[in-house]
Amino acid sequence: MDRAEIDRRIRTLIEPFNKNGVTITDDTTFQGDLEFDSLTVMDFVAAIEDEFDIIISMNQQAEIETYGQLVDAVKKLVDAE
Amino acid sequence: MSEGISQPDQPVTREARAKGDLFAKFDELIQMREGLLASGVEDPFNLVMEKVLSPTRAICNGRETILLGTYNYMGMTFDPDVIEAGKQALEEFGSGTTGSRVLNGTYQGHKECEDALKEFYGMDHAMVFSTGYQANLGIISTIAGKGDYVVLDIDSHASIYDGCSMGRAEIVPFRHNDIEALEKRLKRIPADAGKLVVLEGVYSMLGDVAPLKEMVRISKEAGAMVLVDEAHSMGFIGEHGRGVAEDQGVLDDVDFVIGTFSKSVGTVGGFCVSNHPDFEIMRLVCRPYVFTASLPPSVVATAATSIRKLMHGSNKRAHLWENSKRLHSGLKDLGFQLGTDEPQSAIVAVIMPDLTRGAQMWEALLKEGLYVNLARPPATPANMTLLRCSLCAEHSEEEVSTILGMFERAGKAVGII
Ligand SMILES: Cc1ncc(COP(=O)(O)O)c(C=O)c1O
Repeated sequence: MDRAEIDRRIRTLIEPFNKNGVTITDDTTFQGDLEFDSLTVMDFVAAIEDEFDIIISMNQQAEIETYGQLVDAVKKLVDAE
Repeated sequence: MSEGISQPDQPVTREARAKGDLFAKFDELIQMREGLLASGVEDPFNLVMEKVLSPTRAICNGRETILLGTYNYMGMTFDPDVIEAGKQALEEFGSGTTGSRVLNGTYQGHKECEDALKEFYGMDHAMVFSTGYQANLGIISTIAGKGDYVVLDIDSHASIYDGCSMGRAEIVPFRHNDIEALEKRLKRIPADAGKLVVLEGVYSMLGDVAPLKEMVRISKEAGAMVLVDEAHSMGFIGEHGRGVAEDQGVLDDVDFVIGTFSKSVGTVGGFCVSNHPDFEIMRLVCRPYVFTASLPPSVVATAATSIRKLMHGSNKRAHLWENSKRLHSGLKDLGFQLGTDEPQSAIVAVIMPDLTRGAQMWEALLKEGLYVNLARPPATPANMTLLRCSLCAEHSEEEVSTILGMFERAGKAVGII
């Protein structure tokens, strides 16, 4: 799967969690810009995991701060399948 | 700090932090705490019990208070046999061991305490730690290392998360008590990776019980080892009081049971019991077991005596359940929102609308003469503010009625019901 396709799918998944309608770029941060709390993170990560049939462990989540980093991390996990 | 409480109108002024002050990261929490205290409530995290009269009564801040937030489920803290065993050990073996379990810190009492645990659980091996926190920290960090996966409930106790971090295992959380979410995650983990599933029998925040029957089966089918923390069930859940895994008929499939002496047993300490044939090697490789001093002789003597008495505590057990049911239905009838629809354990969690009113309610109850446990974000699930009530087998029927009256008056005064 190419990066653009992963990006497109995650953009759809993030919509219900983007309560303030923030414009999302690769530099958008989950904590700062999107104001995700730990519960939102869990639900959002679960949605991505189900969509791509992958696991993003908490250790990996800790390394991801921006939307762009998330897309890259998912691409890596999908490629490794 | 105590002075600040009686002067709610003074603005909080603080000097700018010195450059390089590592405490800057706590500023938000410091402000939240100061804000709470400035609103005039007594500090919920600074209560002093000046005198303890019984498992259910103490003098707190000068007031005689009913204790409803101590996890002293079976009321063993003042049991005459337990006290006597402690006194005797104190006199015969001294006040402390001054050493690690693997050096000079294993006394006869530690062995007797481990024997009592083996008998209580009907298991081959028992290992006593200095606290339950250290038991989780030690066992999890030692058996799940780098490259292994720990799959755990998102609402797991801090000691479980800390054990995962210390062992540097991959942490995979799933939604609280969600069987399907657990199953999906287990299926996605690489087949050849080591897997440990960590569950709790009773979750202490809401007092709800885990669906261990299904979860343990799914975990075993996926080739995972299973650890169950039964901190909040020992002594009164399951036919022999072995906990939720026993109650749901899956104890034989659980690889490790973690427990604590700080709740039903009524003293301090933690343990792990297991049937794993090589379990004893843990005593050499588990750092939170090796690199700390063992429990004092009086503590292991009180623990062993208490554990043996808990094997025969069916009357107390029945009364504890009566209490839990009575409090749960009484609070529900008064219009409080509770953590579970039905009482599932000896914990009844009352959900507060927000932290401010939660703290006000907590204080109003304390002034009525009732101590409950205030739990606030981020330690709570879904960022709730909770008043956690834990019942004791020594609470009388009359006391539970008194407690309900206190809740009614405080709840009306604060405007929650
Ligand atoms: C689920 C759970 N595990 C472990 C512990 C730790 O027990 P201890 O107080 O013995 O350190 C607690 C107590 O807070 C607990 O609630």
